[in-house]
Amino acid sequence: MHMADALITPATAGVMFAASGIAAGYSIYKVRREHSPEKVPVMGVMGAFVFAAQMINFTIPGTGSSGHLCGGLLLSAVLGPWAGFLTMIGVLLVQCLFFADGGLLALGCNIWNMAFYGCFVGALLIWRNVMKKGASKGRITLASVLGCVVTLQMGAFSVCVETYLSGISALPFGAFLTAMLPIHLAIGLVEGLISAAVLCFIHEARPELLWGVGSGEQAPARLSFGKTLAILAVAAAATGGLLSLAASSLPDGLEWALERVAGTAELPAAGSAYEAAGKIQNATAVLPDYAIPGSESAAGTTVSGLAGALITAVILIGVALALHFFRRRKAGSVEAG
Amino acid sequence: MSKIGNAARSISRLDELARRDTWLNRVHPLSKLLVTLLYLVLVVSWKPRQLTGVLGMAVYPFVLFEIGDLSFGKALYRLKIVLPVVCLVGILNPFFDREPVLTVFGVTVTGGVLTMLSLMAKGVLTVLSTYLLIATTTVESICSALSMLHLPGIIVTEFLLICRYVSVLLGEADRMWQAYSLRSPGQRGVAHGAWGSMLGQLLLRSMDRAKALYQSMCMRGFGEDRPFAYGRGLTGRDVLYLVLFAAALITLRIFPVLELVGKLFS
Repeated sequence: MHMADALITPATAGVMFAASGIAAGYSIYKVRREHSPEKVPVMGVMGAFVFAAQMINFTIPGTGSSGHLCGGLLLSAVLGPWAGFLTMIGVLLVQCLFFADGGLLALGCNIWNMAFYGCFVGALLIWRNVMKKGASKGRITLASVLGCVVTLQMGAFSVCVETYLSGISALPFGAFLTAMLPIHLAIGLVEGLISAAVLCFIHEARPELLWGVGSGEQAPARLSFGKTLAILAVAAAATGGLLSLAASSLPDGLEWALERVAGTAELPAAGSAYEAAGKIQNATAVLPDYAIPGSESAAGTTVSGLAGALITAVILIGVALALHFFRRRKAGSVEAG
Repeated sequence: MSKIGNAARSISRLDELARRDTWLNRVHPLSKLLVTLLYLVLVVSWKPRQLTGVLGMAVYPFVLFEIGDLSFGKALYRLKIVLPVVCLVGILNPFFDREPVLTVFGVTVTGGVLTMLSLMAKGVLTVLSTYLLIATTTVESICSALSMLHLPGIIVTEFLLICRYVSVLLGEADRMWQAYSLRSPGQRGVAHGAWGSMLGQLLLRSMDRAKALYQSMCMRGFGEDRPFAYGRGLTGRDVLYLVLFAAALITLRIFPVLELVGKLFS
């Protein structure tokens, strides 16, 4: 589900960085309030554990295929959602830089799609509520499977929304969803079962390591009003930002009304003031509607442009070959000397 | 296990590349990080049909791969994860967008073909530019650049620890997998009955290791709030690198450079 940089626009990346940044800021505040400095190295090593664990494939009975564990939920079930979320950011950063699995610019999207849902929805809303009466194999399995399925569906939905709003794919939104959601339902089910197996093992071996498990006699406190408000604010910021991007391509209420009344969404602007303002706007626009100023084609791709690309490539390859030649000659003379 | 072994080898190879003493490796990490981020923003800012614009941005990785003496082949190998996803998203564009846009040597090119090709080009260029950063900058240097950008210390420390411990845990996972596979020859993955104990053991060992790590960190005075200082500050050469490349990239983004080159020869 890792998104590549090519699948988003700078606007979508910015909105998702802002949303993930707010969630990260609040998580840092929560982790610092716990006053447990030993948590930072534990988070680092656990991040490395998730990375290594995801390299091990688990045979899925009866299918012949394999899967791996769900990192966000597992980390949150051990470290808590706040520390789990911060750890997932580190894991995603390593995956993006070292393995090109997800883009640097798309990091905000990936944090939201995988870490936010996995840690906050999966652990804070599902895991903790299922575990409040104490842990058992059945409850752990239920929480893991439900958490993974729900959060993966939400993540897959977000991938579709982010890609669609970036205008990258000509595929209709409904068809995109139809392609993404069922496959992630199956993946979520498998990842949930693998995570459940690991968490059941921990419950038997070291039950004190599991986060959010109630005693069974006294249920843990529900989400306070402030916490609920914070989660809703982050969700609203992201959703609002994304929906505003979608709305920008559709006529708003005023445009709709103008179209009905005047037959056009833009009224003609005449007069010296309009002309002067237009000149200033054209002169100061650095990226005028993302088009190339002076380009022959409205599409931004022309035959002379493609020819230019070919010629530039030939020149660059020639320069590169010459550099290689001189570098080898220099290395040869150094060895001979 | 080849997958775990490959991952460990890939990390150590990148670390070796980043520790070389080339001109590009010596540039301050903050300059390289900012130029990379600017490049990514500019590449993805092209509209889906503006293929020549995206192709023009290829000049940057091409020049820097030469300057940094990096192998294109190894960098392109990293595309094995990104390219299939990008292709899957873009491959249907020619079927949905059939509007003729261009005629090249009598062949009509539709908008869908242009958007598909530009999406693939964006995928390749963004991966190459990230590779350029990580292959010429050590993890510690990236951490210092992130600290200079005021990223919270907790995230920077954690990123550094993950990078340092991922090789150790990959080694442990590899040994566990080898032990398991020698006892179950011909099996494709870990069987259902061993799912929990396999990873659970690794997790418990990791937790114990983390506690030992914390104690050793405390003894050395390492803390979350300790800044990650790079060996030196920004010099004039680093600022020049940043300004020159930023100006060149913005020029490539604003002006139809490839069209102008094409017109010179037409």
